[in-house]
Amino acid sequence: MTRVYDLAVIGAGPAGVAGALEASLAGLDVVVIDAAPRPGGQYHRHLPDSFHALRPGALHHGLERFMRQWEALRSRAEILLGHRVWAVERTGGDAAGGTAGATVTVRCLAGDREERPRAVRARALLIATGAHDRPLPFPGWDLPGVLTAGGAQALLKGSLVVAGRRVVVSGTGPFLLPVAAGLARAGADVRGVYEAGGRFGLARHPLLAAGKAAEAAGYAAVLARHRVPYRGRHAVVAAHGEDTLTHVTVARLDADWRPVATRTVECDTLACGYGFVPQLELPVQLGCATRRDADGTPVVAVDAGRRTSVPGVYAAGETTGVGGAELAEAEGRLAGRTVAADRGLRVPPLPALARRVDRLAAFARALHEAYPVRPGWRDWLRDDTLVCRCEEVPLSAVREARRLGATDARSVKLLARPGMGWCQGRMCGYAVACLAGEDPAAPRRPIAQPVRLGDLAGLEHPLRKDDRDDP
Amino acid sequence: MPDVVVIGAGVVGAACAHYAARAGLDVVVLDRGPVAGGTTGAGEGNVLVSDKEPGPELDLAVLSAGLWRELAGLGGFEYEPKGGLVVAEDDEVLAALTALAAGQGVEHTVVDAGRLTDYEPHLAPGFAGGVFYPQDAQVQPMLAAATLLREGGRGAGRGTLSLRTGVTVTGFLRDGERVTGVRTDRGDIPAGAVVNAAGTWGGEVAALAGVHLPILPRRGFILVTEPLDEPLVLHKVYTAAYVTNVASDSAGLETSAVVEGTPSGPVLIGASRERVGFDRTVSIPVLERLARQAVELFPALAARRVIRAYCGFRPYCPDHLPVIGEDPRAPGLYHACGHEGAGIGLAPATGHLIAQALTGARPGLDLDPFRPDRFDPDRSGTGTPAKEG
Ligand SMILES: Cc1cc2nc3c(=O)[nH]c(=O)nc-3n(C[C@H](O)[C@H](O)[C@H](O)COP(=O)(O)OP(=O)(O)OC[C@H]3O[C@@H](n4cnc5c(N)ncnc54)[C@H](O)[C@@H]3O)c2cc1C
Ligand SMILES: Cc1cc2nc3c(=O)[nH]c(=O)nc-3n(C[C@H](O)[C@H](O)[C@H](O)COP(=O)(O)OP(=O)(O)OC[C@H]3O[C@@H](n4cnc5c(N)ncnc54)[C@H](O)[C@@H]3O)c2cc1C
Repeated sequence: MTRVYDLAVIGAGPAGVAGALEASLAGLDVVVIDAAPRPGGQYHRHLPDSFHALRPGALHHGLERFMRQWEALRSRAEILLGHRVWAVERTGGDAAGGTAGATVTVRCLAGDREERPRAVRARALLIATGAHDRPLPFPGWDLPGVLTAGGAQALLKGSLVVAGRRVVVSGTGPFLLPVAAGLARAGADVRGVYEAGGRFGLARHPLLAAGKAAEAAGYAAVLARHRVPYRGRHAVVAAHGEDTLTHVTVARLDADWRPVATRTVECDTLACGYGFVPQLELPVQLGCATRRDADGTPVVAVDAGRRTSVPGVYAAGETTGVGGAELAEAEGRLAGRTVAADRGLRVPPLPALARRVDRLAAFARALHEAYPVRPGWRDWLRDDTLVCRCEEVPLSAVREARRLGATDARSVKLLARPGMGWCQGRMCGYAVACLAGEDPAAPRRPIAQPVRLGDLAGLEHPLRKDDRDDP
Repeated sequence: MPDVVVIGAGVVGAACAHYAARAGLDVVVLDRGPVAGGTTGAGEGNVLVSDKEPGPELDLAVLSAGLWRELAGLGGFEYEPKGGLVVAEDDEVLAALTALAAGQGVEHTVVDAGRLTDYEPHLAPGFAGGVFYPQDAQVQPMLAAATLLREGGRGAGRGTLSLRTGVTVTGFLRDGERVTGVRTDRGDIPAGAVVNAAGTWGGEVAALAGVHLPILPRRGFILVTEPLDEPLVLHKVYTAAYVTNVASDSAGLETSAVVEGTPSGPVLIGASRERVGFDRTVSIPVLERLARQAVELFPALAARRVIRAYCGFRPYCPDHLPVIGEDPRAPGLYHACGHEGAGIGLAPATGHLIAQALTGARPGLDLDPFRPDRFDPDRSGTGTPAKEG
């Protein structure tokens, strides 16, 4: 018999770890699954080990707290790192709400080169798969040296690589600040932070209004110390170089993000990010209802206890709306407690926790409203600008598809192939939807991660070796 | 007033509109979604003569295969006359396959076991032999539909062809029994004739005219691999079991993988057949069966990654034949739907025959087997009394 856990948690970021810990403290038998070889999720995983020494204050605090939770969790729950989940299925029970007897099967691929399939079964599932970067296309964004903000964060791990680099940070949203501050502190020569949205300088950054004065002041101090200029209503609208990045065109923007005036800034690294896209393929596979977040992005819909529309399936963290690590952690805790209570354990209510989630979520909404992506970015593109890098689809091909009668993102994809390549539209999906004239839809990807045909074919044999090593 | 309104901008509607405009008629194509947004956007693009028993569907397929060859000259979409290889698991199956090929009367070569790898170097050993069909081809169905629509009205002596997306047909204009146009969510459009090319939704559209067409969805999943650096699969390759599956009436799951490479690099593996309504929930057991069958044909595929799977709903008629021609129960309404898993292959012939019917020309094929009222218990009956709108 394969072991059936009480709860499987997918994602070992702040939300998943906090949720798993609460559930296991309450007495549930928990397994935590993450694709990455290290815990921490999008943010903590990428902080260099030397961060402690370098940086007192809010972030240090966050990381330390996360590591404490992680240590506590490790001794209580089963941990499966390096396990990519490519599909989840729910069997038994009834869609109307009966959870008795229902189980979720989580299909993973363990390991990197020598990956092997593995199925994990549980009575409840917490999805905490976070979000991924949301880039916007512009001429030259496919040059080596142009990174997403998340990519730049990953670079930080080896601070040696960063030192001496001439970096420009551009995009929109509060996370530009920690990225720029982190790079500056690690020795990079940060040539400027260009925030497309903010009309005001750092002194009136929305983080302040949202009650994050200490955090904002911390970043501002780092940027000031390193003499990093911060400009609102500016963005990198083109990147240049022969084989690798040598300089960028920075534009002053009008309220709709159309370029008003441009100049050139030399750099060898550009970190660019326009927010995040929640990873919804697993909840969509299960049929969980989605809703649109304040900025129009599809996210998983949950109730106050983080239950999705599918019985036995819960969601927390950025999959339910982008809002920062603190909110993700609080939501995760709430979810873990709800799962335990739903499974019949005694969990005393924690009204303070629910209030905290509400307060942080309101803050997240305020930030979304402060940093909308404005339509003028389309004016940055030229006919030959690649919209989809995997399939090398230029803007002109997207326009041709529209002329042929494609009126939504799916039909643009069918006629011109953006999103058909390796990343399956994770990078270009947002831009293609905007160019097709619609709000981005929740992704339908029945296969969430590439899986070898041999592994897919082998699934039918329930007693293959990999499943049997479960106690 | 247009001569013809075509409902549906899938490959079948596109072909009907294309040939009607070529015949000099002014055509308006309506679709509630975008071009090729229905089942055409979920199909694989096989143009097969190999998988059909002798009979009316094979006649249609052979006519269509020739028309696709000609239409490929328009450019704008991929057309690859790559040929299909059907392989037999054992001698008994091979004998049946060879007999079928002889009866079909289409160009083919019987391939014995030793020569299979001349056609497909990576094919698994152990097959008893096969039959190669050079006329089997591949089209990119979405671009093909878009191209047929764009090109239909271009050229001297042709009618006009215009496409209106985002328009839903909600009913019909009637003059007595006669259909004289459509009602839409964007207003009425009177027309000389109306073509129902609504694919899997053809039964619903017919019902708006008060006539019955028993078209049901038959779900199919397709797997798509990562792009391969070297072509592993050169033709369309499938096992003889596919032929029996296609013709089956079972509502249960049937899979028989058709494996082929594409010009852009990925290998396509399709497709399953099952009648589960319009349910999109992913079925892992279906995907694993397709994967297993593909690996059984080409063991080297085992190490290649699937990056995508998708599903669509074939327009299925109980007798596996499409509905083509004017509806005697609602004169002025022509049907061109219900092509199940072969609508891409059969689209040009369907469009060609519909255009002939619309212009009163003698049809190139006998349309009797495709008659819209053939499912009525009383074959000559006029169906339920037609309601206005
Ligand atoms: C550059 C950058 C700077 C940031 N700065 C800050 C900041 O200063 N302050 C702040 O509060 N927040 C910041 N954030 C946001 C913060 O990272 C997120 O709010 C937080 O990580 C969300 O936590 P989560 O648990 O929801 O998701 P994540 O941390 O993203 O964790 C999700 C986990 O799920 C795993 N996963 C996803 N899909 C699968 C799958 N199919 N199979 C297996 N595992 C999977 C991933 O590997 C990942 O580990 C920043 C983010 C970035 C990118
Ligand atoms: C997995 C799979 C694989 C397949 N492989 C092949 C293959 O290899 N070869 C092959 O030949 N065939 C294949 N098929 C079958 C083929 O895709 C279909 O037979 C064909 O696409 C049907 O085309 P159509 O134009 O009739 O329908 P559709 O493409 O579905 O077009 C019908 C259109 O009508 C529109 N419509 C419906 N109702 C209304 C209304 N009330 N008002 C306005 N518009 C309306 C819809 O929006 C839709 O766009 C496959 C199908 C599937 C599912």
